[in-house]
Amino acid sequence: MSDMSYVRSEMLPERAPPASSVGLVGWMRANLFSGAVNSILTIASLVLIYMVLAAILPWIFSPTWNGTSQNECREIVGSGHHAACWGVINDRWEQLLFGFYPNGSEGGADQRWRPIVAFALLFVAVTPVLFSMISRRMNWVLLLAVLGLTGLYLGGAVGLILGLALLGAAAFVGFKALSTDKEARAAEIEAGAKRLPNPLIFSAIYPFIAPWLLWGGTVWLPIAAALGFVIGYYAFVFIARALGSLVGIIGAVVIAIVWWLFLTSGFANLMDSILPISLEAVESRKFGGFMLSITIGVVAIACSLPIGIVLALGRQSDLMIVKALCVGFIEFIRGVPLITLLFVASTLLNIFMPPGTNFDIILRVLIMVTLFASAYMAETIRGGLAALPRGQYEAADALGLDYWKAQRLIIMPQALKISIPGIVSNFIGVFKDTTLVSIIGLLDPLGLSNAIRADQAWNGLVWELYGFIALLFFVFCFSMSRYSMYLERRLRTDHR
Amino acid sequence: MYHMTSMTDPHQGQFRLSMLLYDSRYRSMTIQIIALIGFLILVFWLLSNTAQNLADLGKQPSFGFMSEPAGYDINQRLLEYTSQDTHLRASLMGLLNTLLVAAMGCIAATFIGVFVGILRLSPNWIVSRLAAVYVELFRNVPVLLWIVFTMAILIETLPAPSAFRKGEAAMSLWDTVAVTNRGIYIPEPLFSNSLGNIHLFGQSSLRFDISLDLLAIAFVFLGGLFISRIIKRRADVTQEATGERPTTWYWRLGVVVVPTTIVLTLLGLHLGYPELKGFNFKGGTHMRNSLIALWLALSIYTGAFIAEIVRAGILAVSKGQSEAAGALGLRSNRIMSLVILPQALRVIIPPLISNYLNLTKNSSLAIAVGYMDITGTLGGITMNQTGRELETVLMLMAVYLVISLTISGVMNWYNESVKLKER
Amino acid sequence: MKKSAFLGALTVASIAASAAVAQDASTLDQVKERGKLNCGVATGVPGFAAPDANGRWEGFDVSVCRAVAAAVLGDSDAVEFIPTTGKTRFTALASGEIDMLARNTTWTFSRDVDLKFEFVGVNYYDGQGFMVPKEMGVTSAKELDGATVCIQTGTTTELNLADFFRANDMSYEPVPIETNAEAQQQYLAGACDVYTTDASGLAATRSTFEDPSSSVILPEIISKEPLGPLVRHGDNNWGDVVRWTLNALISSEELDITSTNVGEMSAAAGDNPEINRLLGTEGNLGEMLGLDAEWAKRAIMANGNYGEIFAKTIGEATPIGLARGLNAQWTDGGLLYSPPFR
Repeated sequence: MSDMSYVRSEMLPERAPPASSVGLVGWMRANLFSGAVNSILTIASLVLIYMVLAAILPWIFSPTWNGTSQNECREIVGSGHHAACWGVINDRWEQLLFGFYPNGSEGGADQRWRPIVAFALLFVAVTPVLFSMISRRMNWVLLLAVLGLTGLYLGGAVGLILGLALLGAAAFVGFKALSTDKEARAAEIEAGAKRLPNPLIFSAIYPFIAPWLLWGGTVWLPIAAALGFVIGYYAFVFIARALGSLVGIIGAVVIAIVWWLFLTSGFANLMDSILPISLEAVESRKFGGFMLSITIGVVAIACSLPIGIVLALGRQSDLMIVKALCVGFIEFIRGVPLITLLFVASTLLNIFMPPGTNFDIILRVLIMVTLFASAYMAETIRGGLAALPRGQYEAADALGLDYWKAQRLIIMPQALKISIPGIVSNFIGVFKDTTLVSIIGLLDPLGLSNAIRADQAWNGLVWELYGFIALLFFVFCFSMSRYSMYLERRLRTDHR
Repeated sequence: MYHMTSMTDPHQGQFRLSMLLYDSRYRSMTIQIIALIGFLILVFWLLSNTAQNLADLGKQPSFGFMSEPAGYDINQRLLEYTSQDTHLRASLMGLLNTLLVAAMGCIAATFIGVFVGILRLSPNWIVSRLAAVYVELFRNVPVLLWIVFTMAILIETLPAPSAFRKGEAAMSLWDTVAVTNRGIYIPEPLFSNSLGNIHLFGQSSLRFDISLDLLAIAFVFLGGLFISRIIKRRADVTQEATGERPTTWYWRLGVVVVPTTIVLTLLGLHLGYPELKGFNFKGGTHMRNSLIALWLALSIYTGAFIAEIVRAGILAVSKGQSEAAGALGLRSNRIMSLVILPQALRVIIPPLISNYLNLTKNSSLAIAVGYMDITGTLGGITMNQTGRELETVLMLMAVYLVISLTISGVMNWYNESVKLKER
Repeated sequence: MKKSAFLGALTVASIAASAAVAQDASTLDQVKERGKLNCGVATGVPGFAAPDANGRWEGFDVSVCRAVAAAVLGDSDAVEFIPTTGKTRFTALASGEIDMLARNTTWTFSRDVDLKFEFVGVNYYDGQGFMVPKEMGVTSAKELDGATVCIQTGTTTELNLADFFRANDMSYEPVPIETNAEAQQQYLAGACDVYTTDASGLAATRSTFEDPSSSVILPEIISKEPLGPLVRHGDNNWGDVVRWTLNALISSEELDITSTNVGEMSAAAGDNPEINRLLGTEGNLGEMLGLDAEWAKRAIMANGNYGEIFAKTIGEATPIGLARGLNAQWTDGGLLYSPPFR
């Protein structure tokens, strides 16, 4: 009996937790019914969800996709039932997406592949900036694939061969990229394997490709416009060598502006007469629907980036007059609603321009929305500049860099990187605000919904159209905002 | 300017023209002057173009049209107005409507935002998910769409006055409130022994009346509050001195409630109830569906943004703070109101200001639902009827600019006052 | 991303998308050079102007644009339709963005004289009316005291309405609404008792109801609304082109020229000298306008004569179902009266 012990000498085996604290039940107890208040809240929420779904779902699920008019929908559904008439979306979704972009119905070819390609290429072009987890090679795969598919779509012998070749190249590069992992590739590069060129090259070319795709016309015009930058750059190099960098910058800007204003169209016409390559010109008033919203959003954000940088730097500068001008501009634009700026676009901008100038309305809207976005962009970038540790500025000074070099090499690359989430949310804001153009008579999705309701067949339909438009905006904006949040998280870890 | 003042010993050498560019003492000056000249040239260019174009169109810029009769009616007017009043007065009605919906929207959006922001942090899974769905749904669809959507819901789901006539719908809250698709009619306070009004500014476009009844009530009420504060201060003094706080809540309540009640009774306060007469409900205060739709849409939309701000603000307060408060024995609602919210407020207020500004600016979308704000009057019908685009748009911008600058000025001043005093 | 590259995009876009047009040239020459007529229309009014699923614009006002394009350019599809709102239409015309405006616009003194536009004629005689649900039992607009009235804004409508109710010493609650579609929605839901706009618009709107007979249009017409196409002051030649194209449409109905027989009638000079002059087989009217001899023939071929256009877009056979009424030829007791072609 002496070896009897009152203290257990070995551990009991762990027992399973009670059924009420694991699995579904446990989860529910922990998260839904942890107390009286929580239980009431849970039940109230469930009732709310049920009521909303019960009201909406029977309406949504209605077999009217093939209805050709509102009356036909009413017949399909039967009287007394309240259900959606989806025929209007079936009939008009192309218009809601592309507006009046030539679809071949008025003679000529269906041109709608152009905006699709332009926006697919946009995705490729922003990839290196926004999605740095995608490798350089995969980026080229994307580009080749888009171009290849375009070739196949356009058809014809050349299109077919070119398309297949491009797709083949894409598959080849893609296979190689997938078959070698990161370390192996790094080793290859170490060993002297040639790297593909930086995809940022395409990003820099893209701003000239997109307008050509969307608006069409001769290919020489965007090339001439791009040449302006090349000329400006070389002018800077030569003048700066002889007379100093400030004179260089001024000289380069002047020469580039002279080129754009007076020589571009001549050059384009000349080259066009030698080697005519052109797409069917599409006037901007043909733009409508979502394509219009995206075009306005993208152009405004893209153009507002350089203006915003200049304004943000101006606002931070020691130069009193420059600072006052920038602050005045930013606060003015941020102080008035966008709709008043759109009124300016629709009624006043022509009055401000030299007599006889006549921009079309979409271009005027683009100008005003760009100005609007610039003010917000300036504030975003100012935030980025302010978030940069003081030491970075001091380090740049310590290296003896002048103001512009410090900005170009040290400050801006970091400030812009911090600002990317802000820029993305700016874009979402501007994109949502493009619906305001319906108030001045442009046919964006909301404006088109009015025009569609003026059609005898669809008179009086509200929910279907608004619902469809809201869904498209939601999908677009939600994915962008999720992405921007992800970026924010990633950038935050980088800087802490 | 910093460079200029730090230059204590100006170089006495010979001045050369190239120094304007290469000498840092003069360079900033040169750049500024170039920028200023460029700006002035731009302004001059715009002005001369405008003058030339207007001359070609045969229009002389003038604001004389503002004193001509407007000729149109406005449904929601906070001051007295007829179609024979001037465009200026019509614009004033619009401005007041703008301010009204903006103020109501800011208040409601704040409540919704704080409420949902706290719900998003709720430990209850389904509640926090619902709050997240609300936030994402409303943030990611354009506000203009929400405004027309809300309006459509109000119009389609609420009963028309004719339904009341036929007995298919009834008034709510013991027959005092009529909820119709033309708006909500609520009881209005009336005074049978009214003291009358003071008329200000005679017959001009800016004339307005001040109700002596309201003035009297406000005077008595504020007086009561003042006395109540004195009582509180005396109680504080007693507590400091003796350590015991005298019970004063009934005194403090009494000095506010009793005189106010007496004044109200003397004035003969009673409620005017809405009644179905002819085509519409008569009597009571009519909150039009355009106002409700705009108000709801703006506040729910902005509330989604504010909820995120509130959530971020609360999360920004370190966990140690609430744990410390818990250790002091505070209950969870006291922790929230005494420890977390005051600290979170500092993070919350700056973005809150810009959301208030956005809401105010977005109220200009009123025209989509026919709410007669300043964009609908001055920038809408007045612009259409007079054809004075330049003048009306400039005035419209000026008005919004003043409102925005005022809001941001006031809120920044408040922000300064709650900011952590750093030493 | 190269920031400067974006500037290039703007430049390209502006060069590609805008053509700076010198306004020195006459509008007619500009249109011919451009090869397209820029015509301002409404953003969507049933029967008058609305795009179909292919983006092709159709309607009564649209047909006037097409006729002018056919007369000037020989192609009734050579039109750019520019949707305008009540707010933007006049600036669009004044700034030269559009060559003509065909957007049920009322001809008024101040628009003609103060805003400096030239109304070239009337293509639809209209007047402001009221529509009420039948069950309300209202038979006259004079019984509308205290009613809630939906108005389409941006027009002369709100002024007429204010005057009418003031003159009859009645009160009302105005509900201003931007588009016809929304006004219709509010009216149908009973959010307003009355819908007021031009009588043609009321009829067009009523035609689309599930039960059109549930609404009545009151007999009072409280205003004169002569609707017509307009051009800028100061280019009389262009004004003449649009005016006489409209007159050609009206005259051709009077002279029984239709889109089906115009080809054969214009093949050779016939017995009626006015038809001959109109269709260019006699005289040189087209040349005087700065066009060729067959201008009127093409205008009629485009969509038919006035009567055909009316019947096709808004007439009794269409869902809109408007009777000719005031818009019948003067010979039939209407107001349509084209000056003679000589």
